[in-house]
Amino acid sequence: MTDERDREDGVPAPGEGDPPRAGARGPRPDAGGHPRGGPVAPPTTAPDDVEPLPEPPPEEVRKAQAERLLRVWAAPEGWRYWSAVNNTEVGVWYTAVAFVFFLFAGGLALLMRAQLALPGNDLVSAELYNQAFTVHGSVMMFLFAIPVFEAIAVTLMPQMLGARDLPFPRLAAFGFWCFLLGGIFLCGSILFGAAPRGGWFMYPPLTSAYQPGLGPDIWLLGFSFIEVAAIASAVELIVGALKCRPPGMRINLLPLYAWYTLVAAAMIVFAFPPLMAGSLLLEVERAFDWPFFDAARGGDPILWQHLFWLFGHPEVYIIFLPSIALVAMIVPTFARRPMVGYSWVVLAAVGTGFISFGLWVHHMYTTGLPGISLGIFSAASAAVAIPTTIQFLCFFATLLGGRVVHSVPMLWVLGSFAIFVFGGLTGVMVALAPFDFQAHDSFFVVGHFHYVLVGGAVFPIIAGLYYFFPIVSGKLLSDRLGTLGFWLSFVGFNVAFLPMHLAGMRGMPRRVFTFPADIGLETLNLVSTIGAFVLAAGVAVVAWDVVRPKRKEPYAPRNPWGAGTLEWVQEMPGRPWGIRSIPEIDGRYPLWEQPNFLRDIDEGRFYLPDAEEGYRETIVTSVIDAEPEQCQRLPGPSFVPMISAFTLGGFFILGTYHLWSLAIASLVVATGVILHWLWTSTALVPEKERKDVGLGRTLPLYVSGPSSVGWWGMLITMLAIMTAYVCLVFGYFFFWTVHEEFPPAHAAGPGVLWPATGGGLILAAWALVVLARRRIDRFGPGTFAGLLGLAAGLALAGGAALLAGPWTTALDPTRHAYDAIVWLLVIWTDVIVLLGLITLGYAGARRLRGRMTARYDIDIGNVALYWHFVALTAAVTSLVIAGFPLVSS
Amino acid sequence: MIGRSASGRELPESRESLWLLVAAPLVWTAHFLLAYCTAAIWCAKAAGPDAPLGPVRLAVAGYTVVALVLIAWVGREGWKRHSLGRAEVPHDEDTPEDRHRFLGFATLLLAGLSGVAVVYEALAAVFVETCW
Repeated sequence: MTDERDREDGVPAPGEGDPPRAGARGPRPDAGGHPRGGPVAPPTTAPDDVEPLPEPPPEEVRKAQAERLLRVWAAPEGWRYWSAVNNTEVGVWYTAVAFVFFLFAGGLALLMRAQLALPGNDLVSAELYNQAFTVHGSVMMFLFAIPVFEAIAVTLMPQMLGARDLPFPRLAAFGFWCFLLGGIFLCGSILFGAAPRGGWFMYPPLTSAYQPGLGPDIWLLGFSFIEVAAIASAVELIVGALKCRPPGMRINLLPLYAWYTLVAAAMIVFAFPPLMAGSLLLEVERAFDWPFFDAARGGDPILWQHLFWLFGHPEVYIIFLPSIALVAMIVPTFARRPMVGYSWVVLAAVGTGFISFGLWVHHMYTTGLPGISLGIFSAASAAVAIPTTIQFLCFFATLLGGRVVHSVPMLWVLGSFAIFVFGGLTGVMVALAPFDFQAHDSFFVVGHFHYVLVGGAVFPIIAGLYYFFPIVSGKLLSDRLGTLGFWLSFVGFNVAFLPMHLAGMRGMPRRVFTFPADIGLETLNLVSTIGAFVLAAGVAVVAWDVVRPKRKEPYAPRNPWGAGTLEWVQEMPGRPWGIRSIPEIDGRYPLWEQPNFLRDIDEGRFYLPDAEEGYRETIVTSVIDAEPEQCQRLPGPSFVPMISAFTLGGFFILGTYHLWSLAIASLVVATGVILHWLWTSTALVPEKERKDVGLGRTLPLYVSGPSSVGWWGMLITMLAIMTAYVCLVFGYFFFWTVHEEFPPAHAAGPGVLWPATGGGLILAAWALVVLARRRIDRFGPGTFAGLLGLAAGLALAGGAALLAGPWTTALDPTRHAYDAIVWLLVIWTDVIVLLGLITLGYAGARRLRGRMTARYDIDIGNVALYWHFVALTAAVTSLVIAGFPLVSS
Repeated sequence: MIGRSASGRELPESRESLWLLVAAPLVWTAHFLLAYCTAAIWCAKAAGPDAPLGPVRLAVAGYTVVALVLIAWVGREGWKRHSLGRAEVPHDEDTPEDRHRFLGFATLLLAGLSGVAVVYEALAAVFVETCW
């Protein structure tokens, strides 16, 4: 990475000769936003680059503009405050709730450490201990690490991209309410002694045959529900990073944080569905006795391990990448220079995103898989260390090449480097199968992954907390408390977790609630426990720093750290509009590089300085070059996301208690609410075609197809659903590999006739939908709706024909895993078709009511896109269940 | 102007695509899955515990050659884009040319990483001679 051109000449030397003021830890920006004391080299731009208005609009015009913007973007007040959907509210709630869950899970950790302080201790029972480690791990992963990434990203991404908000604010709010409800449900269960106790990876048959209580159901359904929230946020973040950048922010100027977020969110789309598929199989086994994981009836528990870790390993990187992304924003600010090796960091983010999907079997080295398989996964596990190392070398090079300013965020970053690198090295050790055979399921592994996750996620997140806190609250956190909290946490962490490696090597197993005296483990455990409480003290100091009243403290100066990236244009305290006018970006560090940048933004000299029509608006741009494509209107506050989340949550929670009729009723209500949401606030026909967004540019208010954000949202959602489906198909073939005879001799179905008929009818329905979309300009509303009605009829018949396959051939899903997986593939396909019928009804109704026309055709574009996936699903299901038995016999 | 160089020549990715960027890692993914599935199915279906991996190793060698050729091609495309005109990193100017060079450079780097990772995978088949 040293071949990157040294940019010292082009970078101001902020802080030189400018003693920091009290309260401001960085160099103070001047009125134009530039750090003082250094030359500013304006970046090179394309010849046709847009410049801000040479003169500001008159004072009274600016005032009127600001008033209109404030009115449009104001947060609702009183009890209606909770209907807010803007990132400035939702992002903050999201982050706060994630931290509450973090503290809760941390409390459980202290309980476990207290239990393990002494040999033979009886502070907690084995039963409670099992619940404690299961809930600790599950909450840290599902309710803290993943949600806090999404929360931070939802809060910061619009600021970093100079967008007023991300494209689907209500979807983000929906995700938050799902997360809150699901989280409370899960955490609450331990208070009633009903929590899951099978470990955070829930291996059957422990969690199927041996745990009849509600605990595993709470885990399976609760987390499936929360995964809906995660995928919703991922959709929002991917579309945000690709389509909502400020004009001029070409792909080579994208903030590194956005690169990491893009990669992590894309990983969520492909990593979470395997877990959803696995959870579906396990829950169906528990609820209806379908033997997917029951070896006696042709199932195999190893299938669960594959599906779980196909999620679980990328999950680690989904946590790590966005956290290290915060570091990638902090390091250049305090090194006072642009990141060294920007392209190399992008390589690391993208490369890690891919390779991390090839590691999952390294959690399964001791399950008896073929040595060649272990070798392949061991090789990938070693390979992933390469991009990880590259990005750290870039960070070090940036720090070495800059003039590092001391600060609390940097302190946490340096601590994270030390801890993570250590965890990474033990990671390379356990990536090697022979070593792992020895260390597997011991405290060595516990030590290893806490080093990785605390160093790779918790410390960077706290660094980010100290760094970005002014953006959220307008005030700085305390240097003194931050430093104290750091040293307590850093020392406490190492004292707690370093001895665990040794304890593990001496034979201490994970997840055993006590240990005998005299086997050399007492001192190590006692030291670990003391360290854990010191670490907790450090976290408590940080928590106090965040919540302590700050009313009397002054607001932070604007851009308090002297950063160069766009989020720091924010006023202190922030305004609900996010950014006064949306700038034209010319470089990676516009605050350092673009002259008069703050002034031009504040005076409304850039795009969209006004909200003339009284709508919330932001600019949608093209993926590669951030060329403005559309002025996107965004929905305002609404309780609909909350009600949708709670009714959908009702389905999962009532289902946990097997109250199926109430659960289905709740699902029906949720469907109705979501349809209302779509009907009233999406694909609205604007009052005019185009709008003047300033600087001589007019943009369309309505675009459809791949230019529209809704199309991208649909595509990403469908990729996630398709991934879950592929995992079920994988299950079918997995069963084939473990059986001598597959299909088993007893199974005579599903035959060829019914699956082929079903698949054919559904494909015919798909063809009609495609025809309707292509020829929408030729058909009147009646014909159009009739065509969709015909498609719906064909699809309905096709779905019924698919069911007829296993039905007429008497496949019994409780008899054998083969019968069960065939039934499940058919039912999955039918559920997709059923949802497709709803989309057809919706599109037909929109057309009949004039809410969709040949010109305003977003809805049918999205419906047709959905039906491409329906067709693919139906075709694959038919081919697999009807065709494979022919081939394999 | 967008998608064209200053001389008016149309740049290859003017039709807006990140596909070339992820092409090399996608080749790695395909190679990885093929190698893993071939080995897993062979060991589950065809071979006993001590059965030789011969055909699997041959297959992995074939996949590896194809994968490396594809990755090399992607890397070369990346290099060409990276070297358009003035080939100086860090490619951080607000011009279509620099965006073009950046995408090329990142493509090249990802091709390098993917190539190394493919060789890593292939080494497993070099050193392991039986299923178990």
